[in-house]
Amino acid sequence: MKNMMEVKGLTFTYSGANEASLVDVTLPVEKNKVTALIGPSGCGKSTLLRGMNRIHDLYPGHTYEGVINLLNTDGKSYTNILDIKKEAELIRLRQRVGMIFQKPTPFPMTIFENIAYGLRLSGIKNKADLKDIVEQSLRDAALWNEAKDRLDHDARGLSGGQQQRLCIARAIALKPEVILFDEPTSALDPISTLAIEEMISVLREKYSICIVTHNMQQAARISDFTGFMYLGEMIEYDQTDTIFMKPSKKQTEDYISGRFG
Amino acid sequence: MTTGQHISHKFDEEVEEVTTSVLNMGGLVVQQIDRAIKALLTGDKMLAQGVIDDDVKVNALDVEIDEMCNRIIVVRQPTATDLRLIMAIIKTTSDLERMGDEAKRIARQAVDISKRGALPEQFESIEQMSARVNTMLNRALDAFARRDIEEGLNVIHIDRKVDKDYENLVRQQITHMMEDPRKIPVAIDLLWASRALERIGDRSCNICEYVIYLVKGKDVRHTELKELKEHL
Repeated sequence: MKNMMEVKGLTFTYSGANEASLVDVTLPVEKNKVTALIGPSGCGKSTLLRGMNRIHDLYPGHTYEGVINLLNTDGKSYTNILDIKKEAELIRLRQRVGMIFQKPTPFPMTIFENIAYGLRLSGIKNKADLKDIVEQSLRDAALWNEAKDRLDHDARGLSGGQQQRLCIARAIALKPEVILFDEPTSALDPISTLAIEEMISVLREKYSICIVTHNMQQAARISDFTGFMYLGEMIEYDQTDTIFMKPSKKQTEDYISGRFG
Repeated sequence: MTTGQHISHKFDEEVEEVTTSVLNMGGLVVQQIDRAIKALLTGDKMLAQGVIDDDVKVNALDVEIDEMCNRIIVVRQPTATDLRLIMAIIKTTSDLERMGDEAKRIARQAVDISKRGALPEQFESIEQMSARVNTMLNRALDAFARRDIEEGLNVIHIDRKVDKDYENLVRQQITHMMEDPRKIPVAIDLLWASRALERIGDRSCNICEYVIYLVKGKDVRHTELKELKEHL
């Protein structure tokens, strides 16, 4: 099973909308690979990403058609996450498929507590365990060296890039299988951006990653596969090198070479 | 392949400017080769010296076009067709610069031969070969300008004839050398010159391969002609 997730024929309509925002979208997310979604604003990339851990369902009334398969922990079969009904199962889903947003969202508490909070909610209470997991998560998010001496400081005192890495540490503390990044670096300076990109390339060894980005060079740098979306449809999906060197669809070529419009 | 306009008109202008510079460089190299061959056939030392002196102009264009490409890469981060165009341009100018060197080499042989004095029969074949090579380069540049794969393939076809011309020429010169040892110095000069022409033919083919890469996105270097047709 090389795919960690499989979106198949997904049509999604926001509550109260007349038209679907995603139309018959198919996207594989390969295991331990980075899959990037690119496309102009309003093309549905974030909508697709937010469907992949049902975070849309925090608000009622949206409709999904199609299938979003997530590989079960047995590694052999898939569960269609659109079949999940119970709130507790949705919370469990969001642990397995974590999400990082455009703007860093640190909780108004210490760096340590930012990570320990979710762990406690998931049932880990032992102090030594908490400490170990916090350290490992900060190490994986390449923040340990900068944060180890200030774990008891308010997380809001960190720089933007550090806050974003803290959010990533917070997500990976819960041992997700997939991490969804929604434009994780668009609010960061170039150096912090590179630090996050470097971290993503390391995270790939443990997690499967799907990233929405407006920065096409970023998609080219960090992803293995790229999907180009336009007006709610998946226009082209292929290996990143192919998309950026020789895309097969004219729309893709026009978009990536700055001829769109 | 997309040829529509970029949202940034400045980018379009930059691409056009660098493409025009490549064609200008191509025109200059064609001239250099023409003059070198003329000098060789007529024994015109002044003309030959002119070719040798003008090689710096070709070199300067090579550097200038590289700088333009560097700038486009840094500022525009080209992708897809744009990226392939820049790659094709960098490779093409490098081949053109080398062809300029070959023209200089022919001009040097022309100076040597004019000092030694050659018999007209020794120039047999080289005239025909140079005409063919001239056609090849002109048509390769045309294929580049029009992004015309068919024309590129035609040029690659002509190269086979040029290779045959070269073989014949070598055989003839060997015959001359065996017949009359006094002809040996000129024969060797002519062999050098014809070798330079043969290389110009090969490099014209390279340009056509870059055109195929540019249009089709397929790298067909080091591919046999038969295989190449199957690819396309």
